[in-house]
Amino acid sequence: MVWYLRRLGRMLTANIDGPLLGAVLLLMATGLVVLYSASNSSWPRVSAQMMNMCVALIVMWVFANIPPHVLMRLAPAVFVVGVALLIAVAVAGDVSKGARRWLNLGITRIQPSELMKIAVPLMLAWYFHRYEKSLGLRNFALAALLLLIPVGLIARQPDLGTAVLILAGGGYVLFLAGLPWKVIGALAAAALASLPFAWTMMHDYQRQRILTLVNPMEDPLGKGYHTIQSTIAVGSGGVSGKGWMNGTQTHLDFIPERTTDFIFAVYSEEFGLIGNLLLLVMFILVISRGFVIAGNAPSLFARLLAGAVTLTFFTYAFVNMGMVSGILPVVGVPLPLVSYGGTSLVSLCLGFGILMSISKHRKLVQT
Amino acid sequence: MSDLLSNPGIEIRDAQRELTEFRFRLAFLAGFVLLMFVILAVRFAHLQITRHEHYDTLAEANRISILPVTPSRGVITDRSGVVLARNYSAHTLEITPGRAGNVETVIEALSGIVEITPRDLRRFNKLREESKRFESLPIRTRLSDEEIARFAANRFRFPGVEIKARLYRQYPQGELFSHVIGHIGRINQKDVEQIEENGEDANYRGTDYIGKLGLERSYERVLHGVTGVEQVEIDSGGRAVRTLSSTPPASGANLSLNIDAKLQEMIYRTFGNRRGALVAIEPATGGVLAFVSKPGFDPNLFVDGIDPQSWNELNTSPDKPMVNRALAGTYPPGSTFKPFMALAALTYGKRTPQQAISDPGFFQFGNHRFRDDAEFGHGSVDMYKSIVVSCDTYYYMLANDLGIDAISRFMATFGFGSRSGIDLTGEVEGILPSQEWKQKRFKQKWYAGETVSIGIGQGYNSYTPLQLASAVATIANDGVMFRPHVVNQIEDLRNGTRTPVEPKPLRTLALDPQHIQIIKNAMVGVNKEGTSASVFAGAEYVSAGKTGTAQVIAIKQGEKYVESRTKEQFRDHALFIAYAPADNPKIALAVIVENAGFGARAAAPIARQVFDYYLLGKLPAKPAGEDGG
Repeated sequence: MVWYLRRLGRMLTANIDGPLLGAVLLLMATGLVVLYSASNSSWPRVSAQMMNMCVALIVMWVFANIPPHVLMRLAPAVFVVGVALLIAVAVAGDVSKGARRWLNLGITRIQPSELMKIAVPLMLAWYFHRYEKSLGLRNFALAALLLLIPVGLIARQPDLGTAVLILAGGGYVLFLAGLPWKVIGALAAAALASLPFAWTMMHDYQRQRILTLVNPMEDPLGKGYHTIQSTIAVGSGGVSGKGWMNGTQTHLDFIPERTTDFIFAVYSEEFGLIGNLLLLVMFILVISRGFVIAGNAPSLFARLLAGAVTLTFFTYAFVNMGMVSGILPVVGVPLPLVSYGGTSLVSLCLGFGILMSISKHRKLVQT
Repeated sequence: MSDLLSNPGIEIRDAQRELTEFRFRLAFLAGFVLLMFVILAVRFAHLQITRHEHYDTLAEANRISILPVTPSRGVITDRSGVVLARNYSAHTLEITPGRAGNVETVIEALSGIVEITPRDLRRFNKLREESKRFESLPIRTRLSDEEIARFAANRFRFPGVEIKARLYRQYPQGELFSHVIGHIGRINQKDVEQIEENGEDANYRGTDYIGKLGLERSYERVLHGVTGVEQVEIDSGGRAVRTLSSTPPASGANLSLNIDAKLQEMIYRTFGNRRGALVAIEPATGGVLAFVSKPGFDPNLFVDGIDPQSWNELNTSPDKPMVNRALAGTYPPGSTFKPFMALAALTYGKRTPQQAISDPGFFQFGNHRFRDDAEFGHGSVDMYKSIVVSCDTYYYMLANDLGIDAISRFMATFGFGSRSGIDLTGEVEGILPSQEWKQKRFKQKWYAGETVSIGIGQGYNSYTPLQLASAVATIANDGVMFRPHVVNQIEDLRNGTRTPVEPKPLRTLALDPQHIQIIKNAMVGVNKEGTSASVFAGAEYVSAGKTGTAQVIAIKQGEKYVESRTKEQFRDHALFIAYAPADNPKIALAVIVENAGFGARAAAPIARQVFDYYLLGKLPAKPAGEDGG
């Protein structure tokens, strides 16, 4: 009996990467602690988030048990469906807050750009893996094109934040796949040169966000409000913080979106610089485990995918904390694993599931 | 995999090189990640160590707000404690237009939750025009508990809309005391300037209301109280979450008046539908016992800003209810001026009491004939008779003999033509005609013929009922004149002290007591055997008085005034001055009934009822003004 249970346990946990799971759970637990304070001790909020976590962990387990080659086979299809949905959104999407991001499927509304966050690295990794033998500049150009189609569609919605994040995710794949340094240098130069042009192409609100970042006090009750209040929260936290449940900015309602995108302001106010550094360490734990998995992955596809998933996770964390502490413009990016919200948790854990799968299926492929 | 098998050596070496390159790039990115995290850490350290103090201050400033705590306004009562102005706590629904978005839509949505009448809406719109965008303005006052509950449940739908508990001013006596108490109203720009000028801005922080009229205005400083301070923690919506420390406010002082509310009410009723004014004064102190101006208005309408419709009604009414007739209405004194003229004659030695004239029924001045009421005259008339029968000819001649300079100099000592200094706002000076006055007013010199009608209280003469009352009180008090005052006592609730308003003698007139006695005797004669004898028949006290009739329109030379042929608003005003008891005056009064004709008929009966009530405690069976039908 005990033997069977142990066997069942081993079967269930066979493809779970212990260190990664540990680091992820640590961040999730931190998230729950902060959420309790940020939601003014709202148990319904906290238990809803716990439910989200359970769902996310199940998704993680499922994907941990899908071998990488299965994912690879699905990659082009997922990508094509995603792009098709994006086109559908552009043609017939629902407009919400001035942006066309949602697709109404009758039963439910979906935001195809969410799907693209995983579909793009998957596709690019598949593409490079497929032409692994004869990778030339032509392949990189085609890959860049594959990347720019969804990025362009999403930027047009307009949802510049997501577009930039997806562009970054794809960029990581290109870089890891061996994009020649010369090209990288040329691209960087071109990007710098086109900045003024990009400025004129941007929407008013996008420009405003960047202006706000430069001088938030210009519009303290409007566009600059988020940044000002979150910066005050972070700064007033000091070295050791005001203590859990004691953040005045938090509990007096000065921090907007304080359970979701701005939860880091709450954390930072209550746990101070020490807490912030600890949090950075927790993120580094997850990221470095991801790097180890990527470095040891058996195939190019797996390596690229693992690297992209890990770096996307990093990007989310960096952009969010940068935004809350006032060095990046305000974009709608949650703090991964900490912010309240099911969608983000599920897609993150899906990524971690893939990482685990890559980690565990290594030996199988090599033998 | 098949490729791998066919040429294993090259492929493995290739794969190895590829892996090395990949790991190198991964390491590169790991360095990038670390660099970015170091940037974040530096940013955190900058905010949380270097700039910590700055942001801490900002957070505190965010958090702590100093709120004023409005003191409760002093209560006003009559002499026996009847409440004339009080406060009650009620809940209002207030909108801050600057935070509420589209105000019209918000109000429409609100009207589904609480009842909002067109009048509420009109009043709100008027307030909105007059105030700033971020001022909280009441849309509904006096919410019921049910309405409060309904709104509370829907509050999230209405940013910028709040329920506030506030102290309200209420005037339970309504119209009756409108011209005495006045009213408070929302502070406007002019008030703000005044407050700043007085250096009272700090004390008015948090105060929305200020006395606008009457005692509410003249005693604003005592009634207001001292504003308290509360340090509170607020949330981003500005709502107070918790009190950190507080200094309680000090309530305003309570006022108790000399006025007897019952007397006031009785007088008000006695006037019936007529317009007019009555001021009654205690001669020995100057305390105002009754102060009526009819019609009045409901001061409660003004507390939260009057709606335009009511305001229009009040302003366009031919009865002019907003005019405080007692201190801002001026009337020719008519024959009530005669006792003062006679006293002037005695003082200046122009007449002796016994000196008599022969009255032919007119006084010829050049080619102008000044007529007496009695067509064929009163026969031989001495000073006593001139007052008792109200002989005009006697005073035409006397005025001519005294001259305008002597008349205006003497009348000025009784306070004619100058403010009495009563503790109410809005008092006017009236017109005491003199050469200088005419020069200033009309840029014309004085004609001797103009002096003649001054003698019977017509011509340019124009005084307030308050001035008349104060003058007759001065005679009653043997020439010692007191400043009239409405408030009797100020009760400071902070230390429980009651400070009586000390009677303040303005001046003692340089008069011979014997002369005063002669005039007093004549005035007693008026009520005993003269023009108002029938009105005072059977009184249980001896009273003194003088009737008067003030012309509203000039009667052309050779024409006669016939009341029944004159339109109501052009009919003569009825006047009466009186005091009682004659030997020890407790009350002196002046009363005017507009367009009521002869003074003895309309005005004197009111005086009789006032005396009956004040001296004997008798209330009349029915209003005197309606006696004549």
